[in-house]
Amino acid sequence: MKTTIKLFTALLIASLLFTSCGNANKGKKQGALSSNAAEKVYIAPGEHDEFYAFVSGGFSGQLAVYGLPSGRLFKVIPVFSVDAEKAYGFNEETKPMLNTSHGFVPWDDSHHPDISQTNGVLDGRYVFINGNNTPRIAKIDLTTFETTEIIEIPNTAGNHSSSYVTENTEYVVAGTRFAIPVPQRDMPISEYKGNFKGALSFIKVDPKDGGMDLEFQILMPGFNYDKAHPGRGDSKDWFFFTTYNTEEANTLLEVNASQNDKDFITAINWKKVADYVKKGGGKKMPANYAHNVYDDHTHAATSTMKKEVLVIDPSEVPGAIYFLPTPKSPHGCDVSPSGEYIVGSGKLSADLTVHSYTKMIKAIEDKAFDGDAYGIPILNFEAIHAGSVKQAGLGPLHTEFDGEGNAYTTFFISSEVVKWKLGTWEVVDRKPTFYSPGHLMIPGGNSRKPFGKYALVMNKITKDRYLPTGPEVTQSAQLYDITGEKMELLLDFPTVGEPHYAAGIPADLIKSKSKKFFRLEDNKHPYVAKSEEDTKVIRKGKEVHIYMTMIRSHFSPDNIEGVKVGDKVYFHVTNLEQDYDVPHGISMIGAQTSELLIMPGQTETFVWEPKQPGVWPFYCTDFCSALHQEMQGYVRVSPRSSKIKLSWSLDDE
Amino acid sequence: MKGRNILTLVLLALLVSCGGESKKTPSNSTKTVKKAAVKKAPTKKKSAKKVTENKELIDLDNKGLGPIKSVTLGALDQTMADSGQKLFKTKCSSCHRTNRKFIGPNPTGILKRRSPEWVMNMIMNPAEMVKKDPIARQLLIKFNGSPMANQNLTKDETRAVLEYFRTLK
Repeated sequence: MKTTIKLFTALLIASLLFTSCGNANKGKKQGALSSNAAEKVYIAPGEHDEFYAFVSGGFSGQLAVYGLPSGRLFKVIPVFSVDAEKAYGFNEETKPMLNTSHGFVPWDDSHHPDISQTNGVLDGRYVFINGNNTPRIAKIDLTTFETTEIIEIPNTAGNHSSSYVTENTEYVVAGTRFAIPVPQRDMPISEYKGNFKGALSFIKVDPKDGGMDLEFQILMPGFNYDKAHPGRGDSKDWFFFTTYNTEEANTLLEVNASQNDKDFITAINWKKVADYVKKGGGKKMPANYAHNVYDDHTHAATSTMKKEVLVIDPSEVPGAIYFLPTPKSPHGCDVSPSGEYIVGSGKLSADLTVHSYTKMIKAIEDKAFDGDAYGIPILNFEAIHAGSVKQAGLGPLHTEFDGEGNAYTTFFISSEVVKWKLGTWEVVDRKPTFYSPGHLMIPGGNSRKPFGKYALVMNKITKDRYLPTGPEVTQSAQLYDITGEKMELLLDFPTVGEPHYAAGIPADLIKSKSKKFFRLEDNKHPYVAKSEEDTKVIRKGKEVHIYMTMIRSHFSPDNIEGVKVGDKVYFHVTNLEQDYDVPHGISMIGAQTSELLIMPGQTETFVWEPKQPGVWPFYCTDFCSALHQEMQGYVRVSPRSSKIKLSWSLDDE
Repeated sequence: MKGRNILTLVLLALLVSCGGESKKTPSNSTKTVKKAAVKKAPTKKKSAKKVTENKELIDLDNKGLGPIKSVTLGALDQTMADSGQKLFKTKCSSCHRTNRKFIGPNPTGILKRRSPEWVMNMIMNPAEMVKKDPIARQLLIKFNGSPMANQNLTKDETRAVLEYFRTLK
């Protein structure tokens, strides 16, 4: 029996080896004299990765930070979902970040990170990312790697063709996937056609402080606006959006929105529209959307409800908006680094369709139109078509560029990444992915200057690629070396949530700017205690405010008496450390919230509502020093009727 | 707050009467640490000899390790000392009290025990100091492994704190 098992195991291993050998040989043949894959992704202990990759979490609502080529996870930045680990959405300071016109929304679906640009080149100041479900755009500051601003997008649903920046980060753009009644109203769903609208939003970004402001919305016909990318170079004043469901179906879209041979890419001269707005164009309509801003000095966020939005009907700005016919239900909309080629990935087409910007401009001049849709000219397909990549694969989704004249497209159905040449449209190489890739990312690969060393492909399905973990298995990213003629698969690594898209940047462009701690002098939190002498406990009716400090390894005060059942106790805790990587945490038994994880120089607040008399301990949750286990304190809670006075102390002082 | 001040005074009186030493009975583990420390204390350097003595450590020659190579102390600069006192309050007083041993040592009279360079290097470069400087290493053990925090004071700020220390009697 044993022998049989052994034999079986041996055979199994042999067959596995054989299979993997086969793959490796293929890789070697294609990669010529390339060294082995493990060496290429190995980052020795203490060494740094060459690139940051910001990978969206999809239904996790967050943004994960990885290093490339190692695939090591450094941080999950909470953006649209609460995060108990970092108290995001749990402490008093960050709750306003998740405020919306629907109230506090603790979750979203984060999709498309995009790094800010200057002159079409990554500048590493911010990452923008869209919340798909309750439409929002967030900004992450790359000095703190924290979400510092979130703006809700009105008149929008399924905020999917977002959040892409123009060449100088003049605007971050957000487009609606679902057409809806604008303004929202009670009407029969079946009357969708001709009555719903698709809003494309242009959010102005302040060049100095990055502050976001929804400047205008273009109310397009009620199609689905799926993906977007800005032009660059000559086409930098334009923005392109893939546009499907031109059938305007409101039910069984998988059939009913797949009828037309060609849908569109919408081309918008945003500069022209912005100029129209500057001259007072457009009209204001009532709206209700939240604008949430986090301040690094008060260490707290504020939420403001905005009540108006400027909307523009396409007919008001003639010559600014055109439809480019594109087969068939196009998904990805990607623009080559030169700005000349606009690639439409028709999900249901066998070919990839590429339009030429130069030809588009000529067609507009020549009025080479094939009619219009809701008054917007449809350009003649032949007049704008640059070429097609024939029979490239099944289910093309997204394309990025290496800056060497090559494009790389993912194919969802045939599970592969295909390298092809711009201009000749010939396929140069194809490699399998495991499995069903969505987006891919080359650092800077959607900018004027790609850093074409690696391509990161994000897969939707992993099936047998990792140890099984029950019915739900990890999603993954795969790293390819793209420096050679042929691509080489280097690494598989699991990801947090579902990775939709990613943005990559050379680490050298941001790591020196990374903040190490917050200066106490700059702390403007209203409840800060900047030294132990400033600590106190104040009662305001049933509210008790504790001004507390923490340093290795004690809280001040750490003995508090005079709290009563039914009080609402606010712990305002300041970390007095002024050194790198010395956070402290705090948690209170029974508090119906999360711990606080407080960075050096920062103040955070949590609320505790004691329900029983007793002596209740709190402690530091982040192992901070050799005396971390000593970092604790007690709060005495007395019955409501008690006459015990409020008092507080540290070491009886 | 008044109550606290009175408490402080009472406590101070108590502390003085018991020699300002920690009033906690040392636990077994603390004893073990101390024993081990005595064994491990380096014996090569001249200054190390003094270190092994368990009484007050005095070494005015050791300048410590870090950016400060030489400090000249002139007449007391009261303005500088005042700004040093303010800095001490926010950045240092959580661990150092001027009336007693607390989390770390009492800085009162520090310049009778250490060179001004050593003091400044200990403030500016504590991580290296507790690793390599024999006195700093000994102090880390004496203070239960509680590390001297780097509060990222600039050279000028550190100098001001030193000036403040000169006023402590």
